[in-house]
Amino acid sequence: MTATTNEVVPAGAAMGGEPIPSRVSTGKAPGTEGTAVGRTVRYALLVLFLVLILLPLYVLIVTSLKRSADVTASQAWSLPTSLSFDGWKSAWDSLSPPLFRSLILATSVAVLSAMLGSVNGFVFSKWRFPGATTVFTLFLFGMFIPYQAVMIPLQGMLLAVQSTPGFSWFDGIVKLIAVHLIFGIPICSLIFRNYYATALPTEILEAAKVDGAGLLRTFRSVVLPISMPAFVVTMIWQFTSAWNDFLFALFLTNRNNGPVTYALNELAGGQNPDYPSIMAGVLLASLPTLLVYIVLGRYFIGGLMSGSVK
Amino acid sequence: MRNRAVATLAMAGVVSVALAACGSTSDNTATGGSTPGGGASTSLQTKAGGAGGDVGVFTWWAAGSEKKGLDALEALFKEKYPNDKFVNLAVAGGAGSNAKAKLASDLQNNQPPDSFQGHAGAELADYIDASQIEPVNDVIQALGGESVFPKNLLDRLTVDGNIYSVPSNIHRANVVWANVAVLKKAGVNQPPKDIKSWIADMDKIKASGVSTPLSVSGTWTQVQLFENVLIADLGADKYNGLFKGDTKWDSPEVKAAAADYKKLLSYTNTASDGDDWPVATDMVIDGKAAYNVMGDWAVAEFADKGKKQDQDWTWFPTPGTDGVFDFLADSFTLPKGAKNPGGTKDWLMLIGSAEGQKAFNLAKGSIPARTDVPKTDFPPYQQAAMDAFKSNTIVSSIAHGAAVSLAWNADISSAISKFYSSKDDATLVSDLAAAAKKNLG
Amino acid sequence: MRKAKDWLPGFLLVLPSIILIGVFVYWLIFRNVSTSLDRTVTRASKRVTNPGGLENYTKLLGSDDYQHALFNLLVLTVVFVAGTMVFGLLWAVLLEKGVNAEGIFRSVYLLPMAISFIAAGIVWRWLLSPGKGDQAVGLNQLLAMVGLERFQSGWWQSPSAFSMAAMALPAIWQLSGYVMALFLAGFRGISEDQREAARIDGASEWQVYRHVLFPQLSPIALSALIIVGHMSMKMFDLIYAIAGQNSYKASVPATMMWTQMFQQNNPTAAAANATILLVLVAIVVVPYLMYTNKTEKETRG
Repeated sequence: MTATTNEVVPAGAAMGGEPIPSRVSTGKAPGTEGTAVGRTVRYALLVLFLVLILLPLYVLIVTSLKRSADVTASQAWSLPTSLSFDGWKSAWDSLSPPLFRSLILATSVAVLSAMLGSVNGFVFSKWRFPGATTVFTLFLFGMFIPYQAVMIPLQGMLLAVQSTPGFSWFDGIVKLIAVHLIFGIPICSLIFRNYYATALPTEILEAAKVDGAGLLRTFRSVVLPISMPAFVVTMIWQFTSAWNDFLFALFLTNRNNGPVTYALNELAGGQNPDYPSIMAGVLLASLPTLLVYIVLGRYFIGGLMSGSVK
Repeated sequence: MRNRAVATLAMAGVVSVALAACGSTSDNTATGGSTPGGGASTSLQTKAGGAGGDVGVFTWWAAGSEKKGLDALEALFKEKYPNDKFVNLAVAGGAGSNAKAKLASDLQNNQPPDSFQGHAGAELADYIDASQIEPVNDVIQALGGESVFPKNLLDRLTVDGNIYSVPSNIHRANVVWANVAVLKKAGVNQPPKDIKSWIADMDKIKASGVSTPLSVSGTWTQVQLFENVLIADLGADKYNGLFKGDTKWDSPEVKAAAADYKKLLSYTNTASDGDDWPVATDMVIDGKAAYNVMGDWAVAEFADKGKKQDQDWTWFPTPGTDGVFDFLADSFTLPKGAKNPGGTKDWLMLIGSAEGQKAFNLAKGSIPARTDVPKTDFPPYQQAAMDAFKSNTIVSSIAHGAAVSLAWNADISSAISKFYSSKDDATLVSDLAAAAKKNLG
Repeated sequence: MRKAKDWLPGFLLVLPSIILIGVFVYWLIFRNVSTSLDRTVTRASKRVTNPGGLENYTKLLGSDDYQHALFNLLVLTVVFVAGTMVFGLLWAVLLEKGVNAEGIFRSVYLLPMAISFIAAGIVWRWLLSPGKGDQAVGLNQLLAMVGLERFQSGWWQSPSAFSMAAMALPAIWQLSGYVMALFLAGFRGISEDQREAARIDGASEWQVYRHVLFPQLSPIALSALIIVGHMSMKMFDLIYAIAGQNSYKASVPATMMWTQMFQQNNPTAAAANATILLVLVAIVVVPYLMYTNKTEKETRG
């Protein structure tokens, strides 16, 4: 239709948050690149991998729709002989109370982490201060601490905060939000820092300085407007991380104020496991994250690129 | 703005940590009117209707029949102690391993629940050593002491003259569950009397077309099978001696048991370390195996799959262990520093009462620890088990925390897991001997 | 040198994060290292369980079980990283020129990442069942159903010393999509001009990839390598979900740490274990950090 261009849309710069086009335009209709044989091979491979990836999901879905008495290891590949929604019902009963808490947890973590990461990223990449490189390196190294080794003292430290006067609300989901926020600082700062290094030309910052803008005003008026892709990428990462975490939830909360992973573990951990409910529970617990991925998937591609190229 | 809030949080965190670090590791002495734990049996003062306040109960009974049992107890607790509020702190997963990890952290950080579940026996030794639980002799006495709990059982719970937990239910771990049809087809009519004859029966079953006469699944079920062989080949006394240092783990008897275990494994399916136990029991239900050695929670699995006792399945004590009751028990404790020790005592009294034990065990499928609960309402298997518990010699299960501490259990399990892939029984014996040396004192 | 009032606002904005990381990460690391050097004895018989000082480390590193765990970790990491990189790059190559329903393929490949490790472990435990022949379930059963019975395997419980490689399968399944996303974005960031120029010069498509595109993707490849590699070193919940606790065949330092800490009541050994892991991770990460520091200094001028 329109004349073909060989222009690549730059990552994020002055785009105000639109996803980058899903492919560079070469004038041909999608999927018609290359030879017919090449195309067939490509599609065949893509579909093959699609099937392979979906295999475990198939087992999850099929088992969740069986009756408990019909589930045996050797029949797991077969479709249900009689369809039953008992698994889904009991999974919903177990999981729905904490689902809302998980939503609050994951959403707050995602948003707050992104805000913190953007400020840090901006300072580390452009504004800078003496020793910034060393500090940033130390941040990244801190990312690799094996959490299970420090859970007990960590719990102690957080309990100390909780018991200082006026901080008794620091429990349950609030405590988890703080923990995910703190331990997410390194990777969120990394994503934003690399993004700004690519997408924020120093000239614009100089111009703002000449206009007399200080740090905060520059951030608000120049930096934030172009940060959308990085925000989305960080939020997706932190949402997943907070939603799926069980280690912190286990030690820092209990079943009455904890997230959905607690309930999922309860479903899976009994002495006589009820497989249909477990499978239904796994699917149910994964649905919100799945939705986040599908809806924001296009942004995901655009944003990640600027975090890592260079 | 938000930055300031974060900074405040950081400051608070730094200050609090500094204070906590400077402060001593304060050993909370129990506050409030708790009866001091001790040998002297002062009669237990309990307030009618309960001491009041929250009672946080920590278990790993979060699903299935275990949860049903806990729910039954909760209902009874509300009825008998209306002043108290039951707070469910259950943590599921890993047959209690998640719960134990969280509990360890809570105890070390002086946040004990008001009562926690523990396997009665050696598994509590770590808590006793670390002075994290208090003796409950007064509760046991108030419940009736030796007149209602078997002396054999109380002996196993006593350390230096003190009893540290109230047992709620008993399971038996030396039971073979068998498929009636498969046995009939192979011409096996009597339960075998020892391991040798059992193996001979398995040959018959193999000849009749079932290639895996014995089924086994994850690591702990393998440990359980092995302990059954140990009991059969060593006898109750020598088996008990293993855990006190009287019987050596590299003695000829143990070596023979290892060889028998290896032979038995040659009749089993290819199991996976991580498999749940129902995978093996289901094989018996489906007729793919004849025998499965499992604790008596297996009864519920047969019921769930619609199988009838005597018609579809039968049971007998593991060959060579007739007259021996390989026990494991859940029990509840009084942690040191519990915020509501009065409420805890109420809970413990309920657990140990005949009514409480009946309600709980009927729902869970185990049998009461008390011997004075009438067996009339219990299903047939449970009735037989209750009789056996009264009359048999009681030994402690390795796989379920009665005979050995958690650390020793971990070492044994690792050795058994290693053996499963290597089938090297000489290494198994030396690994077990090393584990015993490491963990005995 | 910039004036203090110039950079101070920036420093103050980052200060809360510095404090938080200092307290909640570095203080804990410090505590961990100091715990690892403790000398401990049993309460009753005063038998030495940890000799103290660096001997704690030599004791751990010298034990057969730990060496077995380290070897497993090596096998797992190599296969996991290689697998995710290969599939991630392959899928990115297949998708980058644009195909019909790209959104669907992309979403499906990313889907596994949405499922938590613990949950995925439940299904993969069954998929990787070691039974063969008429005992086959899971993948072995599937292989038999499509006539590929000779590929049945004991997976991570096969007698081979490299059996841990099979444990990488679920991890590859979960994370290849993320690596794909990284590469895909990278492809889209390289201008078409460069490809056209190479084609005009007579390069085949393969040569375009090899000489124009792949070299420019190396920073992305490095990030992916680091992220996936460090996840492999910390992974224990997936292994527990599949192999249970106390599995000898599937033991890695991260699982041993849990056993030491919460079953064997030995926080000193767990701390030494954690420090060794941290050092190993640093060995992998430090080159990356030095590389990025170098390249960024260059671009900053």
